[in-house]
Amino acid sequence: MANVSRLSLGQKRELLRQMYLIRAFEEKAEELYAMGKVHGTMHLSIGMEASAVGAIAALRPDDFILSTHRGHGHCIAKGADLNQMMAEFMGKETGTCRGRGGSMHIADPEKGNLGANGVVAGGIPIAVGVGLALKMQRRDQVVMCFFGDGAANTGAFHESLNMAAIWSLPVVFVCENNQYAMSFPVQKAFRIARISDRAAAYGMPGVTVDGNDILAVYAAAKEAVDRARAGGGPTLIENVTYRWRGHSKSDAGRYRTREEVEEWKRKCPIQRFRQRLIEEGALSPEEADRIRDEAYAAVEAAVAFAEASPEPALESIEEGVYA
Amino acid sequence: MRELSYAEAIREALRQEMQRDERVFIIGEDVGVYGGAFGVTLGLVEEFGEERVIDTPISELGVVGAMTGAALVGMRPVGEIMFMDFITLASEQLVNQAAKIHFMFGGKEKVPFVLRTPAGSGTGAAAQHSQSLENWFVHIPGLKVVMPSTPYDAKGLLIASIRDDNPVVFVEHKLLYKVRGPVPEEPYTIPLGTADVKREGRDLTVIATSIMVQRALQAATLLAEEGIEAEVIDPRTLKPLDKETIIRSVIKTGRVLIVHEACKTGGFGGELAAVIVESEAFDYLDAPVIRLAGRDIPIPYNRTLEYHTVPQVEDIVEAARRLAQGRV
Repeated sequence: MANVSRLSLGQKRELLRQMYLIRAFEEKAEELYAMGKVHGTMHLSIGMEASAVGAIAALRPDDFILSTHRGHGHCIAKGADLNQMMAEFMGKETGTCRGRGGSMHIADPEKGNLGANGVVAGGIPIAVGVGLALKMQRRDQVVMCFFGDGAANTGAFHESLNMAAIWSLPVVFVCENNQYAMSFPVQKAFRIARISDRAAAYGMPGVTVDGNDILAVYAAAKEAVDRARAGGGPTLIENVTYRWRGHSKSDAGRYRTREEVEEWKRKCPIQRFRQRLIEEGALSPEEADRIRDEAYAAVEAAVAFAEASPEPALESIEEGVYA
Repeated sequence: MRELSYAEAIREALRQEMQRDERVFIIGEDVGVYGGAFGVTLGLVEEFGEERVIDTPISELGVVGAMTGAALVGMRPVGEIMFMDFITLASEQLVNQAAKIHFMFGGKEKVPFVLRTPAGSGTGAAAQHSQSLENWFVHIPGLKVVMPSTPYDAKGLLIASIRDDNPVVFVEHKLLYKVRGPVPEEPYTIPLGTADVKREGRDLTVIATSIMVQRALQAATLLAEEGIEAEVIDPRTLKPLDKETIIRSVIKTGRVLIVHEACKTGGFGGELAAVIVESEAFDYLDAPVIRLAGRDIPIPYNRTLEYHTVPQVEDIVEAARRLAQGRV
């Protein structure tokens, strides 16, 4: 992992900060939902923060991502303005998407986030198109496409990985294997142990990494991004991780045991990285606490911004259907 | 004026737009050396190269997704779905993604592409290669739906569609590809949302789409011999729809016959009828609004059955005659 050692102390702190921000954002999201301040549903990535932050850390600011219904982490890691993002979550006019998208459809084009997606695997074919355009335009950017284990069993996955491979497009496919497609476990959904093994069928490299080890995630992503940028084509990365919360707000958790969830909570990616930095002497516990506290404070400020923001005007309801 | 076939007019529109704008490219199954299943893109790969005329695997969903993604980062793709029936395979990307991105993202992104697709029966290809599914897409906010009936309209509407900033479903009819008509050599646009009065008349208004415009015009010629003057209106774009031209014609004639190939139930004719009766034209109607459309059956293989599944010239003549003579 030569390239991991090249991460500066400042970069490592930034990774920790982003993971805390995501955790803080999602805990607040859950709280706001419980208080009845947001409606609809949401899909929380608590416990999966290392996958989003580690992978996106390998990108440049002008690179692109396609995200998923469980996309808060990707959005924050790609540099979203937290105020606008919270405002979007709360359906406000000042939101990233003027309150029209909500949790499941946050996009932030200025930051290269081409959108979360309400459809499982919905973003994968789009990522291929982004990669195709980047190649046609001879730009040196890459696109990273997130999706879950469930998406890896769709036709869109097959068509897209094949197209990206045959045209050698600058796309990095990141499968966040969080063990369940809603309630359906990977053990029942796959006859292979590693989803990344499917890469071979498309003629692209595939790698499975511990998705709760942020440096391992970063290292794999960096290698894939560098290859894509150099014209070496796509890669399939599988980040093995776990979502602590239910699939969505309707999840009664009947498909897994409390013990299993508790076991994964002991593998918390944030605690793990924090501990590592402290043990390396890169960070004192007090400094780590300050990073955490600042993240939670930033989220509180975002809530204040969002709550003070106006609702979309009813007269604007039909705006924006056509460009 | 110089004459071209409908297929040649489409090809010329593609060529001229690709020459004008390097962001425009063609993508689809067998659109390269094969020229597309109906030969529409023949010769373009030789002129523009494989990078701008992209043959794809048989992956309709992937193709429309690739168009969507490419459009998001500044390209203007023109895709081809070999038969409109296969648009079912791509509809997730078309309906849930491309159509909604501009709205869902608060207007921050746009998806300018054209999805060309041959529709319609009459080729003996039976139930899975003959459908007219345009009205599904009329129902989706964010999509535009265009259905040219002549070579002239095909060229002008396609250029306008390529220059439009929204996803456009461009429905071609297989039986029209060889139909010839005058087409100017220079590029020109027909604004989306402008209907065309293909023939003026005083006794009834026939509103027809796609190949039914050609059949309605033939029927109008026969009707004229009986002293019945039919006005033939071609909406040309189903969405946006030029309601004004339609309403104006209905106010003039007081009688309406709607003709389309797609199945009657849930077809665009219902929308047209509703637009008319909701408007001021209602007070001018002298007879019920009549729809002549495809039967509510899959397209059969047998030649005779296929022929009688969708409206033919004699069906239009008969229906128009009854309507004009007050026998409905």
